[in-house]
Amino acid sequence: MTGTQTAAVAETAAPAAAETTEDGYNFAYLDEQTKRMIRRCILKAVAVPGYQVPFGGREMPLPYGWGTGGMQVTASIIGANDTLKVIDQGADDTTNAVNIRRFFARTADVETTETTGEASIIQTRHRVPEDPMTEDQILVLQVPQPEPLRSLEPREIECRKMHAYKEYGLMQVSLYEDIARFGEIATSYSYPVMVNDRYLMSPTPIPKFDNPKLDSYPALQLYGAGREKRIYAIPPYTKVKSLDFDDHPFQVQQWEENCALCGAEDTFLDEVILDDRGGKMYVCSDSHYCARRRAEGHSGKLSGSAAAAYAAAVGADQPEKGA
Amino acid sequence: MNAMSPLLRVHNLSHAFGSLLACSDVSFELHSGEVLGVVGESGSGKTTLLNCLSARLVPTNGIVEYDLRDRGLTDIYSLSEPERRFLLRTDWGVVMQNPRDGLRMSISAGGNVGERLMAVGARHYGEIRGTAEEWLEKVEMDLGRIDDAPKHFSGGMQQRLQIARNLVTKPRLVFMDEPTGGLDVSVQARLLDLLRGLVRELKLSAIIVTHDLAVARLLADRLMVMKDGKVVETGLTDQVLDDPHHPYTQLLVSSVLQV
Amino acid sequence: MYVAVKGGEQAILNSHKVIAEERRGDPAVPELTLAQVKEQMQLAVDRVMTEGSLYDRDLAALAIKQAQGDLVEAIFLLRAYRTTLTRFGATLPIDTAKMAVRRRISAAYKDLPGGQVLGPSYDYTHRLLDFALAAEEGVGAPQVDMAEEPVDESIPRVTDILNHEGLIEEEVAADDEARVADLTREPMEFPAERDMRLQNLARGDEGFLLALGYSTQRGYGRNHPFAGEIRLGEVAVAFEPEELGFPIEIGEITVSECQMINQFAGSAERPPQFTRGYGLAFGHCERKTMAMALVDRALRARELDETVDYPAQDEEFVLYHSDNVEASGFVQHLKLPHYVDFQSELQLIRSLRRRHDEEQMEAAE
Repeated sequence: MTGTQTAAVAETAAPAAAETTEDGYNFAYLDEQTKRMIRRCILKAVAVPGYQVPFGGREMPLPYGWGTGGMQVTASIIGANDTLKVIDQGADDTTNAVNIRRFFARTADVETTETTGEASIIQTRHRVPEDPMTEDQILVLQVPQPEPLRSLEPREIECRKMHAYKEYGLMQVSLYEDIARFGEIATSYSYPVMVNDRYLMSPTPIPKFDNPKLDSYPALQLYGAGREKRIYAIPPYTKVKSLDFDDHPFQVQQWEENCALCGAEDTFLDEVILDDRGGKMYVCSDSHYCARRRAEGHSGKLSGSAAAAYAAAVGADQPEKGA
Repeated sequence: MNAMSPLLRVHNLSHAFGSLLACSDVSFELHSGEVLGVVGESGSGKTTLLNCLSARLVPTNGIVEYDLRDRGLTDIYSLSEPERRFLLRTDWGVVMQNPRDGLRMSISAGGNVGERLMAVGARHYGEIRGTAEEWLEKVEMDLGRIDDAPKHFSGGMQQRLQIARNLVTKPRLVFMDEPTGGLDVSVQARLLDLLRGLVRELKLSAIIVTHDLAVARLLADRLMVMKDGKVVETGLTDQVLDDPHHPYTQLLVSSVLQV
Repeated sequence: MYVAVKGGEQAILNSHKVIAEERRGDPAVPELTLAQVKEQMQLAVDRVMTEGSLYDRDLAALAIKQAQGDLVEAIFLLRAYRTTLTRFGATLPIDTAKMAVRRRISAAYKDLPGGQVLGPSYDYTHRLLDFALAAEEGVGAPQVDMAEEPVDESIPRVTDILNHEGLIEEEVAADDEARVADLTREPMEFPAERDMRLQNLARGDEGFLLALGYSTQRGYGRNHPFAGEIRLGEVAVAFEPEELGFPIEIGEITVSECQMINQFAGSAERPPQFTRGYGLAFGHCERKTMAMALVDRALRARELDETVDYPAQDEEFVLYHSDNVEASGFVQHLKLPHYVDFQSELQLIRSLRRRHDEEQMEAAE
């Protein structure tokens, strides 16, 4: 225990001093004991890819469901020399991403960045970056519901048995039902995957567009579910297969249009409503990727000045703005 | 496999709920292709016995051995839980009295039949659907209902679907608990006809628990009569029903005749 | 041109300034002091301490002020603070039989050793708005007369009285050496043992438990309860430092306790006897402890060989959904942007509609 922590504890009796305790928190908020406990769980998760390791999740100063699992994982692995990038929906400037980045800048005083290549840790909600990651980087995903079987089987005890015995027939039945009813598998995000041919895993609500990236990914993927108190992992270069049928193979989303700002043809696009008469355009959801391409001279159908005005309005115009 | 060795061998099986002895000291053998009827009034311990035999209730005493395809006669309660669950959805079938307990009511008929196939690794949608169609035809269901959920089906249709769902993996042994219970008489008759045909065509072995002697006569080769948890009489079906020895069996048979 | 709302640091900081201003309200009105909250909103403080699982009236008062009186938010604040505190160890179990009782009632007996002590209670107030409290000059310093006789120093618990006859199950004295699980340090496991369950319920949302307890009374898992005893008062807290080897008293806390006595027909293993449901809370949280005791008893269905048919008896259902910090966070996380997933769903719906239209066309041809 550090001296500053003692001070924070001693101040419990003096609430007037509460605002000063902010500086009394340990590096990256969690105490070292807790971080060690979480790191042990992470090691176990890495050793058994896709298996959900229960952990003694702590109450974080951000609400459950807002990334407390990812934050605890990040807090446990981050060091003073790390560079952190935080994205939500693929963008660095969404409120929740800003808020979590602010939290670590404040409690761990680490460098932050918006550039995928510069980050040693990227914490994300709902997206995997478009730019490839490397073996030197770690991707931390925030998980609202770790249990891929939950929608089919609400009982935790039964779900754990199904994983232990590798009884995944029911999951396949749900895909069968989709095809029977809709002619295709009607799951567009949180699309279930088999990890290392053994554990069924929810890749969190990333769009299925991102699923293929998870397979043989060079970076370590860590998944943290705070409310449900589970950690799981996919080690680098692990086989990750999206469930499908031989005659209805897994497919990702495709757009008929390209990014209106940078012209990218192969990224996940967000639909931007332009007016109330059905006018819309599509732009990259990965704000850093889009900005980098534009800096490199790529452009989309939106004219140069309009694109610049739009980018300025949503704060996606500074590819190098960093911490 | 030795032609003489039984498919299922039960030795001194008893089960008690607390101080209440639900079934006591049951022993018998079941051979391949044989259908055994277990008859008795409700509360006689039939269903408890069936649950113990089908690996769903650990008996207080006794041994249940099944002729596993890969290792011969094996005490089923020496198997691990996943092995037992695997057996239950591959080499065995269990048809419940209430289709609600044996079907997934909000999953389509095709999905219900296909589930066992997918559980053992089938991953070709067209083939799974094809097999499901075959089985729906076998149990005389309208193929137009393949994508409908059983919650919208009649009782008889639900029961036929439950049978198809169980037989799709070609089990060697099927357990049935009052398979025609709760159905109208005319619906019962059609279902019995269907069951008799399937049992013969597929050379199924089955254990059928029923309080209905007509069902027993139509389907079973041999009968076991239970009263207060004990087997009071066994023998070939015709023998037991036409020449009952035990007073309880006599009462059962006569009460049916009076109806 | 309409563009998406831009998130960002400035917006967040501005939002904080707005809540600071709203929290203060009209500056012409004197600012609320923590002492006022602590002294004059005691029951709110008690609830925040209980569900925040931290016995500290000052911090609870601060949390209530900071949260503008939103108690669930205040509970969250206290919990988040609590996580960072160092643990020195676990105290010895408190002994409520040695409570300095301020209130003690039993609905099971007319009179009993120690007597019925009504103490502070809204039970028999007429719920008429008291405009005297609205008066400018306030209510002054109301005082209550001393009782003629002091309350007994030690009052036996009703359940212990019943126990002399063997009519009620023994308190589960499973294993004194067994470590008590700590829900704030380890994940819940199912089936959950009673230590974990009671911790969960003690921290659980009062409204949720109240509704569940009520549902058992209306027939969704009826368990025939009698309010065996409800008591409120101060108990000593003792701690045994390892290096000392003997316990020392480190202070006292106020707790409310409810022991429900429930009918039980008996099972194969147990004779017919009364069973218990237990509720405990920091401070004066009587409604909470009663609801907790009902739900605790309902959740013993598995242990007592009763069928589990209703929500209040279903431990995964109850224990997974009782925590209002978890529930509030997850319900409100729907406010976070979900536009990537929504985009995916838009794509899917369009594709399904296209397919539907094509099929209609084909059918028409």
